[in-house]
Amino acid sequence: MYVESKKGKTHRLWRFHGGLHLPDNKRQSSQKPLRQAQMPERLILPLQQHIGEPAQPLVKTGDRVLKGQIIADSDAPISAPIHAPTSGKVSEISDQPIPHPSGLSAPCILIEPDGRDEWGELPEPISDYRSVTPEILRTRIREAGIVGMGGATFPSAVKLNPGRPINTLIINGAECEPYITCDDRLMQDFPERILNGARILLHLLGAEACLIGIEDNKPAAISALENRLKDDDPIEVVSIPTRYPSGGEKQLIRILTGREVPSSGFPAQLGMVCHNVATAAAIADTVLEGRPLISRLVTLTGKGIAEPGNMEVPLGIPAADLIRQAGGYTGKASQLIVGGPMMGFDLTTDQAPISKGTNCLLAPSRAESPIPAPARACIRCGRCADVCPVNLLPQQMYWYSRAKDLDKVQDYNLFDCIECGCCSHVCPSQIPLVQYYRYAKTESWTKEQERRDAEHAKQRHEFRIARLARLEAERKARLRKKKEGLKKKTTAGKAGGSDSKKAAIEAAMQRAAAKKAQQQSQPHNTQNLTPAQQAQIDATEKRRAKQVEPTSPTPADQE
Amino acid sequence: MLTAILAITGLALLFGLLLGYANVRFHVEGDPITDQIEALLPQTQCGQCGFAGCRPYAEAIAAGEAEINCCPPGGEAGMLALSDLLGRDPVPLDDSHGEEKPKSVAVILEQECIGCTLCLQACPVDAILGAAKQMHVVIGSECTGCELCLPPCPVDCIVMQPIPEDTSNWRWPYPNNSHPEIAASAQVQ
Repeated sequence: MYVESKKGKTHRLWRFHGGLHLPDNKRQSSQKPLRQAQMPERLILPLQQHIGEPAQPLVKTGDRVLKGQIIADSDAPISAPIHAPTSGKVSEISDQPIPHPSGLSAPCILIEPDGRDEWGELPEPISDYRSVTPEILRTRIREAGIVGMGGATFPSAVKLNPGRPINTLIINGAECEPYITCDDRLMQDFPERILNGARILLHLLGAEACLIGIEDNKPAAISALENRLKDDDPIEVVSIPTRYPSGGEKQLIRILTGREVPSSGFPAQLGMVCHNVATAAAIADTVLEGRPLISRLVTLTGKGIAEPGNMEVPLGIPAADLIRQAGGYTGKASQLIVGGPMMGFDLTTDQAPISKGTNCLLAPSRAESPIPAPARACIRCGRCADVCPVNLLPQQMYWYSRAKDLDKVQDYNLFDCIECGCCSHVCPSQIPLVQYYRYAKTESWTKEQERRDAEHAKQRHEFRIARLARLEAERKARLRKKKEGLKKKTTAGKAGGSDSKKAAIEAAMQRAAAKKAQQQSQPHNTQNLTPAQQAQIDATEKRRAKQVEPTSPTPADQE
Repeated sequence: MLTAILAITGLALLFGLLLGYANVRFHVEGDPITDQIEALLPQTQCGQCGFAGCRPYAEAIAAGEAEINCCPPGGEAGMLALSDLLGRDPVPLDDSHGEEKPKSVAVILEQECIGCTLCLQACPVDAILGAAKQMHVVIGSECTGCELCLPPCPVDCIVMQPIPEDTSNWRWPYPNNSHPEIAASAQVQ
């Protein structure tokens, strides 16, 4: 199949396996002009709005922050900083509900806007981006906190450093999931930003060509971009058939180039890099204006929302505030979904904020999103395999996931599953297939992590045993040395030290003799007595003798 | 006839030599099954199995001296993996060695620690930091939760804290409402 992609130029299209034609339900939100969201009373900024390491707060409770100021960052290679979306005061840093399928809370920075919306110091715009090195541009993109805005939230700067030559840049404007129209709105309203982003990325990657893939159910977006294309741009805007999930990275590459990204591989292996249109626009903003990623376009839609449409919202605005600004709930809302009906997940509370990867808030009515019927037994019809866009065998994966046989399910390339939901959608037994795969994936990751932890603990244990053995050996060696030293000393004493010993004894004896002699030479108090003293002594002796005589003889005397 | 006998004898000699050479050349030191068993053990080195660590337990299993159900930290999954590897019948976990508990880490209550260093000597993975008469602290990321530091502590200042669930270790639940009719029929039986 060929389509016109540029004035006088045709582009060949390929098709991917499987996929579905779904009722797109885009008109609810696509017909309204873009609205600006009002600043809420507080913004909730999760520290992790990206894949990788969470950012660490750089501000404290009570600090005043300015719009665009970095409030959290991390040194980890895969992470992204977070900026204040407006000026105000940091009111709290605490755990808050976040948009995550678990419904768990996670650390967030809470900002109370002061209403002045005062910009902080921004980096200098790089208007002549062609004159700077890719490294400078990558640093700028990292510092702006830009992540994949199609929903994957992978830090863009990392993706732009593929480490191998890139010849084709793919800009993803397919937006294949039903209900969501924020990329459509962005392409219609800001085609220049997207094209500028594409031009910057072309320079950054040194790529020769850029293909912007857009599903043909968005003719206004296609013509908006085509009208802004310059003749010397190596950019083509390609209209692709509407078929879910053409917006998947690997599927879009297949459609546009006919090449297949290898299993568990990356597009860079084929010399390609793929970015979402919103990411391209954010990159243009930061390079040409210095503006970090602090807002995004969000679709509010579904029969449960009074005034569906698209809004430009500050990051961190609670979903409840946003829905209030869109006229509130209609009373028909049966659930609140982040993302679309196929790949989105339920929010357990509408207090959760909009983060960098939130492209849509969908509040469907019961009619739009009926309660799934209880699953029945698999009848092995094989329709899941027919629609799988990755050519997997969903049925086999289902059996093994159900049996919790994680090794076997990985043999069937579980990790190539993009969780698009086509298989569950067509399953006549209403088996929640994707839930089984998600279960098997997280379970496998946990097992792998446990295995790594065990290996680590084993190493530490072995090191400890080796350390104890070494210390013991050292102690023994020390003891042996000491013993040997002592032995040497005593044997040495016996051999040559007898003379000195004798001399010492002799000296001591001499000292004792001298002392005795001195004592003898001293006068005693019984010598040199006066006649009076002598007479007194004699009298005392006589008295003593008299006292002894009359008594009976002592046992000592009898002997 | 003679050529046939010679040929067969020659071949026998040749293969005999080859086998003899291979036996020397590819000789395996130690018992590889012990390593395989050890790889399945959780390496907490807790000694709950009655052996002085995971390696001795693995050796005992390999020698057929120990059952495969003596490792509470490995739990039922660990026992099943061992039974798979060794071709032994699965057996329920032996309660006398302790129960399977949620993963925890040791935490030292700082106000109560007297700095006696007894726990330092007990820790099999050197995950406790401290010195005599200095407060000790557990390096949480290295702690395997083996509980070996609990008994030596003279002031009972070490507590085991279960690792809280957050978005990084959260797992998708097993879809449990998938086959109500099958579950119902199982209950009837």
